[in-house]
Amino acid sequence: MADERWTNPALPAPVVLRERPAERLAVGFASVLRGLGISIPARATINFVEALGHVGMKRQMSVYWAGRSTLIARPEDLPLYDKGFALYWLQRNPEMVTVEGEPPPVTLALDTDEPETDDDDDDDESDDPGEVQTLRFSRVEVLTEKDFSECTDAELAELTRLMSRLRFTTHARRSRRQVTTRGRGDRPDLRRTVQFALRHQGEPFRRAYTQASEKPRRLVLLLDVSGSMEQYARALIRFTHAATVSRSRVEAFTLGTRLTRITRHLGSRDPDAAMRAATPEVKDWAGGTRLGEVLHEFNDEWGVRGMARGSVVVLLSDGWERGDATELGEQMERLHRVTHELIWVNPLKASPGYAPLAAGMAAALPHVDRFVPGNSFRSLEELAAILAGGSRPSH
Amino acid sequence: MNHTPSSVAEVSAALAEHDYLADEGLATSIFLALTLRRPLFLEGEAGVGKTEVAKVLSRWIGGPFIRMQCYEGIDAAQAVYEWDYSRQLLHLRTAEATGRAAEAAVGELEGELYDERFLIRRPLLEALSPTDGPPPVLLIDEVDRADDEFEAFLLEALSDYTITVPEIGTIRADVPPLVVLTSNRTRDVHDALKRRCLYHWVEHPTFEREVSIVQLRAPHVGKPLARQVAALVESVRGFGLYKPPGVAETIDWAMSLAALGRTELDVAMVEATLGTVLKYREDQQRVTQQGLQEMVQNALLRGGS
Repeated sequence: MADERWTNPALPAPVVLRERPAERLAVGFASVLRGLGISIPARATINFVEALGHVGMKRQMSVYWAGRSTLIARPEDLPLYDKGFALYWLQRNPEMVTVEGEPPPVTLALDTDEPETDDDDDDDESDDPGEVQTLRFSRVEVLTEKDFSECTDAELAELTRLMSRLRFTTHARRSRRQVTTRGRGDRPDLRRTVQFALRHQGEPFRRAYTQASEKPRRLVLLLDVSGSMEQYARALIRFTHAATVSRSRVEAFTLGTRLTRITRHLGSRDPDAAMRAATPEVKDWAGGTRLGEVLHEFNDEWGVRGMARGSVVVLLSDGWERGDATELGEQMERLHRVTHELIWVNPLKASPGYAPLAAGMAAALPHVDRFVPGNSFRSLEELAAILAGGSRPSH
Repeated sequence: MNHTPSSVAEVSAALAEHDYLADEGLATSIFLALTLRRPLFLEGEAGVGKTEVAKVLSRWIGGPFIRMQCYEGIDAAQAVYEWDYSRQLLHLRTAEATGRAAEAAVGELEGELYDERFLIRRPLLEALSPTDGPPPVLLIDEVDRADDEFEAFLLEALSDYTITVPEIGTIRADVPPLVVLTSNRTRDVHDALKRRCLYHWVEHPTFEREVSIVQLRAPHVGKPLARQVAALVESVRGFGLYKPPGVAETIDWAMSLAALGRTELDVAMVEATLGTVLKYREDQQRVTQQGLQEMVQNALLRGGS
């Protein structure tokens, strides 16, 4: 027979705290971890206290594992957890705790004259709405063609607003999910057929069908944030943000000296709030490039593992590789094998006389389905159109 | 038979008795899952033994093992229950043929159709159905492959262990199942679902543990060979391969070599059987380039032949 313990899930498990201060210690630990940047809901802290009640606090390792299984939910947080554990439980050993190696967070230049933010600092253009509209419109005309590297902060802000109006769809693929149809579909829908039959003395003369539904393909954006891309990355990260919030199934990463996943941080609808959330995450802003290595990491941890399979992957980079170009070529080939479409957006492509001579670009190009410029709003608009409508190019 | 472990050590011992060697982290998570009665969420590389955890729990607890493989588009009909529509239709036809359909009220006919005998129980309903014995072990495999909507549904089902079948009523597990979820991280599973669970990231085992696992799972493989193969796999994992071999591959490799009548590693045999561990051409090339001769030498040394 089942034991009492299994019989009523609604009752909390009997918790006996061996030492009174366990709760306080647990809460303290949780707040240290929060301070290090791990998100810990109160619920998890309560679980941790319960867990401590069961494993006891006599052994350091028991506390360590109890905390790990209750407080942590992502492997990325494990190094921080270890740091926090050392800080809090191992007598605050400064050797293990130093936050060295992390450069001070760089803040993206935020635009000062966006209407959303200029509650008190009235700029020249927000005074008279009527006139400004026309003025702005003509300015926009010119602006959409302008190279991002020549835009002022104000102009970039303007473009950000335009970007948020872009529609990001990717071509659909058949999903396994079945939906009901009006007419004849792929498969008989017995469930609805029975329902109809019941209304007519059990005579199933009306047949219902289902068919496979369609689903937009996942869109994965990989943004190069190395030094050589700096002038463009400011605009492109806004493009990335616009794509992330406008639809589901989008993933965003930055590539530089390391790989950073910014999907979650770009989640806010407000572009500035999203930038504020994402920028501290990207620790290698305007640093060096090791595209090949970082792409390798992406392939291992996310891409080839499943995220890029059947997806549309867009790489926004100038292809400047300071590392080994062969590695980049290999990784592009590997990525290309699993994606539905691999698009390389290179802002430099628009400059007159451009040829893909950079070693990295040359190595990557054979594995790219489409190679498009991304230097101005107009070119990004075209990119959005390619994503939405383009059929798969032939290789 | 019921199991209410009193300590982490007891869990480790019981799992080992059923052929699974867990490290302290995993044993602690399992212990807590049993005592706090929470689902256990396991993530890690393919081949580190995530699925096996659920199977061994079932062997130990003695409850039935119920597996729910997730895939894109999975919905309640495949996860919880479905009516056997073809049989329902047949039933209706029979009623019609015997002339009963014309007489019987629609309500009566409907009542007959939505009878337990036309109900197809899918894994989740199976796991929540009342049992006399020990709780079932429900494995929700590769939850990252399901759609987010399905996650929300799971979250609800796992929070109070009840399911409502409109035509029959509410089904509630008086013995809640032990739930193990696994994910390969092809996308982020929603935080809310993870927070319901205890989380454990499963690592590749240490050298000594891997040797023990090989010996446990393939007892006919001699100890020297088991040690050498484990040593070789350990070094292969360090080469930054596309798909580093998991424990399952180590066992396969040891068994293949034993089946070929080897009691020790040799270069020719390693080369011939490389396909049992490395499933990408690039990975095989990379390993061969490192110099098999030297790797086998080192493995022989490390394995203490």
